[in-house]
Amino acid sequence: MSSDALTIPSAAAVRQPWVETLHEWVTTVDHKRLGVMYILYALVFLVVAGSEALIIRIQLMFPHNHFVSPQVFNRMFTMHGTTMVFFVGIPVLFGFANYLVPLMIGARDMAFPRLNAFSFWLTVLGGVLLYFSFVGGNGLYGAGNAPDIGWWAYAPLTSRVFSPGQSSDFWTIALLVSGFGSIGTAINIIATTLCMRCPGMQLGRMPLFVWLNLVMSGLVLIAITPLSAAQIMLCVDRYLGGHFFDTQAGGSATLWMHFFWIFGHPEVYILILPCFAFMSEIIPVFSRKPIFGYPVMVGATVCIGFVSMSVWAHHMFSIGMSSYTNSFFTITTMAVGVPTGIKIFNWIGTMWGGKIQFKVPMLFSVAFLFQFLIAGLTGIMLGSAAFDSQLTLSYFVVAHFHYTLVGGLIFGLFGAFYYWYPKITGRMLSETLGKVHFWLFLIGFHLTFDLMHVPGLLGMPRRIYTYEPRPGWATLNLLISIGGFIQGIAVLIFVWNLIFSYFKGPKAGNDPWDAWTLEWSVSSPPPVYNFASIPTVASRRPLWDLKHPEDPDSLYE
Amino acid sequence: MSAITTPLPQTPGIWTLPYRGKVGMACLIIAESAIFTIFVVAYLYYMGKSLAGPTPREVLETPIFYTVCLLSSSLTVHQAAKFLRSGRRGAFLTLWFLTIVLGSLFLFGTGQEWHRLIYEHGLTISTNLFGTTYYSLVGLHASHVTAGLLMLTVVLLFGLAGRVGPDQSARVETLALYWHFVDVVWVVVFTVVYVLGR
Amino acid sequence: MKYLLENRNIPSKLAGILVLFVGFLLAAKLCLGATSPDPSQVTSIFRPESTPADWVFRLSTFVLAVTGAIFAVVFTMIVYAIVKYRQRGGDDDREPAPIYGSNQIELAWTVIPVLVVFVLFLATARVLHSVQDAPEPSTAVEVTVIGHQFWWEYRYPALGVVTANELHVPVSDLAHPTPTFLKLLSADTDHSFWVPQLAGKTDLIPNRTNAMWIDPHLEGVYVGQCAQYCGTQHAKMLLRVYVDSKEQFDRWVQAERKPAVADSAVEEGRRIFETTACINCHAIVGTAANGRFGPDLTHLMSRQTIASGAAENTPANLRLWIQNPDAIKPSSLMPAMKLNDADLDELVRYLETLR
Repeated sequence: MSSDALTIPSAAAVRQPWVETLHEWVTTVDHKRLGVMYILYALVFLVVAGSEALIIRIQLMFPHNHFVSPQVFNRMFTMHGTTMVFFVGIPVLFGFANYLVPLMIGARDMAFPRLNAFSFWLTVLGGVLLYFSFVGGNGLYGAGNAPDIGWWAYAPLTSRVFSPGQSSDFWTIALLVSGFGSIGTAINIIATTLCMRCPGMQLGRMPLFVWLNLVMSGLVLIAITPLSAAQIMLCVDRYLGGHFFDTQAGGSATLWMHFFWIFGHPEVYILILPCFAFMSEIIPVFSRKPIFGYPVMVGATVCIGFVSMSVWAHHMFSIGMSSYTNSFFTITTMAVGVPTGIKIFNWIGTMWGGKIQFKVPMLFSVAFLFQFLIAGLTGIMLGSAAFDSQLTLSYFVVAHFHYTLVGGLIFGLFGAFYYWYPKITGRMLSETLGKVHFWLFLIGFHLTFDLMHVPGLLGMPRRIYTYEPRPGWATLNLLISIGGFIQGIAVLIFVWNLIFSYFKGPKAGNDPWDAWTLEWSVSSPPPVYNFASIPTVASRRPLWDLKHPEDPDSLYE
Repeated sequence: MSAITTPLPQTPGIWTLPYRGKVGMACLIIAESAIFTIFVVAYLYYMGKSLAGPTPREVLETPIFYTVCLLSSSLTVHQAAKFLRSGRRGAFLTLWFLTIVLGSLFLFGTGQEWHRLIYEHGLTISTNLFGTTYYSLVGLHASHVTAGLLMLTVVLLFGLAGRVGPDQSARVETLALYWHFVDVVWVVVFTVVYVLGR
Repeated sequence: MKYLLENRNIPSKLAGILVLFVGFLLAAKLCLGATSPDPSQVTSIFRPESTPADWVFRLSTFVLAVTGAIFAVVFTMIVYAIVKYRQRGGDDDREPAPIYGSNQIELAWTVIPVLVVFVLFLATARVLHSVQDAPEPSTAVEVTVIGHQFWWEYRYPALGVVTANELHVPVSDLAHPTPTFLKLLSADTDHSFWVPQLAGKTDLIPNRTNAMWIDPHLEGVYVGQCAQYCGTQHAKMLLRVYVDSKEQFDRWVQAERKPAVADSAVEEGRRIFETTACINCHAIVGTAANGRFGPDLTHLMSRQTIASGAAENTPANLRLWIQNPDAIKPSSLMPAMKLNDADLDELVRYLETLR
C-alpha cells in the first residue's frame, strides 16, 4: 500500500498515420475505447431515429396531411421505435457502463475484453443490417423495404402472408444479432463486478452506479433471451414453414404477445436502471452529501429487478384476458411503482439539507426528478386495467413512455454526458451551451409530451398515419410537432457542444466536480491501464476519505 | 494533475473473488435457460392443439438408450475434470474422449429418430403444431450439444498435443459446467416431450 | 436568454416550468371542454354515454384524484428542496452534514405507497369484475363483429342480419336495459374495437373469441376507430355506431333482412356486377354474388359512409372507390376494377338502388 505517484508521458509526442489510429480503434479490446465507440454509435442513431420522429410529426401536423405515404409513415414509426430502443438506448448505456464500471471498482479492464469487443461489433452489425433494409428489403419478390410491422412485430402481421418480402426478416435478424451482443456485454459486466473489484470493495461499498448496472445486466440475461427465442420461432415460421404464430394452423397470436412483453417490460427497466445509476452518482455530488439510504437504494433496485418480471401483461390489457388475470397484473404493475417511488424519495432525501450546485448535470437531474415523478404517476393510471381499457393503444401511452424515456432516460443521459465528458476527453463541455441546450430541450420536451397526453384522452389511437378532424386533435398535434422541432434544435446544439468542446473546452483535470468515486482519482482521460497500482478502499466514498482524512466515511458506515 | 494516488486504507488480509470464467459461464447458462424455457413453454402450450397430422402418442419412441448415453457423459466429464486437477493427464484424456463419444452417440440417436419421423411418419417442422414445437425444441437442444461437442473436441486436441495440465483445470471445469447444463436441459426436454407430452 | 443563463436562481427555472404547466392545463381544458361543431365527432373518454364507459370514467376520476394528490405532495417536496438547499453566494466552503439514511423515514415512505397501491387495486378490481363478468340478460342484442383488413363485418345471428362498417344498436333504458353484447373475431390480423364514449377497447384477435358489451343511454351516432395496428390502412378503419330508438332499430332490422332491391331500370348495372370480379369478394342477397372477403353490399345505400368511414357515401365517391380505391384509401384490399366509363356509370347507378 505504497502511494506511488507516477507521471506517464503523453503519447501525443509521436504522430501516427490515421490508418494506424483507425486500426487501433477497430481492433481495440480496451473497455474505455469500446465504451466511447458504443456512445458515438448511439449518438449517430439518436440523430437518425430523431429524424424519423420528425418525419412522423410533420405528417401528423394536420389532419389528412400528405407529407409521406402511409407505407412510409408505418416504416418510420417502426424504425423510430426499434432504433431508439436497440441502437440508441442499449448501446449508449452499455457504453457508459463499459467505460465506468472497471474504473469505479478499481479494475484495469472488463473480465472478458475480447468478448467485449465482439459484443460491440455484433451490435454494430445489427444496426447496419436493420438499416440496410431500406435498400435491401425488396428481396426476391420486389415487395418490402424497411420493416413496417411496429417495433413489437405482432403476429400474424409478421407472417409471410401479411408481410411479404424481406423487411420483417431484417427486423428479426438484426435484433437477434444485436441481442447476442447485449447478452455478451451483460455477462461481462456481471463477471467484472463480481470478480474484479479492488481490495476492500465489498459489494456494500460499490458505487450505486455499479449496483444498478449489475442488476440491469442480470435483467438482460433473462429478458432479452425471451425475445431472441421468439425471434427464432418467427424465423422458423417464416423460413421453415413452422406454425408457432400461424393462426390458420391453430397457432396463437397472443403467444407472441406474451413472449414479446416478457422481454418488453423488463427491457424498459433495463433502459431506466442505468439512468437511475447516473442520477445516483450525480445528485449526491452536486448536493454535496452522500446518497440517502444506500442499502435501501440497493434493495429497491433488486426489488424492481424481480417485480419487473411479473408485470408484462399490462401491455396486453385489451386482448381479452379474464378479470382475474387483469387484476393480477394490475397489482403487480402498481407494486413495481413502490420501489421506484422509494428511489425518488431517496434522491430528494439526498438533496435535503445539502448545498445544491446547479451546474448543468444537476439541472438535467432535477428535471429528471420532476419528469420521472409524472411518468410514474401516468404509469399508475395505465396500471389500472379498467382505466387502461380506455388509455391503452392511444396517444396517452405514447406520451407516458416518452415521458419515461425522454423525460427520464434522455435527460439523465444528458446529465451523464456533461458529468463524465471531462473524464473521458479531458475537457469540460461548455457550461453556457449546456444551459441553452437544457432550457431549449426542456421547453420542447414539455410542449410535446405534456400536450401529447390529451389526444389520447380524446380518443386518438396510436400508429395512425393520419387522422380525422376530431375536436382538439389538429391543434394539439400541431403544437406537439412544433415541440419536436425545438427538441431537435436543442440536440443539435448538444452535438455541437460535444464537438466544439473536444477541441476548445477548458482542461478538466482529474476531478473537476470534487467527487468521491474512484474514476476521479485518475487522470482525465485515464491512462490505458487505468490505475498504476490497484487501489484499496475502506468506504463507499474513497476519495472523500482521501480528501478528509480527519473524518473518513469508513468511521460511519 | 496526472498523478495516480492510492487511498490510505490497509489492504484486507485475504481478498479472493470468484473465478471469472465460472461466473461468466453461469451467466451464459442462465441466459440459455431463459431461451429454453420459452421453447418449453411454447411446447407445453401447444400440446394437444394440433389441428391435424401425427400426434406424439402415435409417432414418438422414448430414446432411453441415447438418454443414458448423454447423462453418463456428465459423469465422465466430471470425473475427467477431477483427474485433470490431480494431474492424471492420461486418465483425463481417456474419460474426456469417452464423453465426446457418448455425446456423439446421443446426436446420432437424435438424427436417427428424426429420419424415422420424417420418412416413416411424414412429420416435419411444417406439418403441424406438434412438428413445429418438437423439432424446434429438440433441435435447439441438439445444436447446443453440437456446440458443446465442438468445444470438447478442441480441448481434446489441445490435450493430445500436451497442452492441457492441472493449471488449465479451472477452464476445463468451466467447459464441463456447460456440458452439465446441456444434460440438465435434456432432462427437462425429455420429461416434457416424452413423458408429459404423450 | 442571457439572463436565464447567468441567473442560477431557481425562481427563473420554476417560472419556466410553471408557465409551461399552466399552458398545458389551459390547452387541455380547451380541448377537453370544447364543444365541437359536429357532436358526432366526440371521442373523449370523459364523455361516457354507456355503462362500461361510465364505470371506467368514475374510476378514472378517483385514480386521477389520488395520483394528483401524490403529485402535489412530491412536487412540493422537490421544489422546497431545490429552493431551500441551494448553494448561495455567501456560503463558506464547508460541506453540509452527511446524513446516510433513516430507517423510520424509509419505512414511512414504503408503507404509505403500499397502502395507496392496495386501495387503487381494489377500486380497479371492482370495475374489472363488473365490466368483464357482467351476465348477459335475455333482452340483449347479440352481434358478432369480425375484423378484416381494413373494414368491420357485423352479423346479428339471432336476427338474421349481415352488414358492414356501420353498426346499429338499440338505445338502452336504465330501467329496462337492452344492452348489445358483442362477440369479437378476426379474419386476418389483430384489430381493436374502440368507441370511447361507449366502452373501453377490446381487441379482435384471429383464432380467439373476445367479448364486450355496451348499453348506450342516448340516441345518436358514436364514432371511434381501430386501435390495434393492423397494416397499412389501420388509420382509416373507422367505426360508426348508430344508437337507434327501439322503433328505428326494429325498422332497420326489417329492412336489412330483405333481399336486395331488384329494380329493372338498372338491369345493365346488375349484369355488370354479376359478371365482373366483384362477386369474388362481395355479396348481394338475391343475386349471384355471395363473396365474403369484402363487405356485404345488399343494403349499401343504408350507410352514410363507404370504405369503413373513409369517405361519404355519395355517387361520386362510390365511382371513385370502384375506379381508383387508392385515391381514398391507398393499399386497402379493394382492387381498382378497370371498368370503362360507361360500365362504371351503369354499375354505380345499380349500386345506388341498393337501399
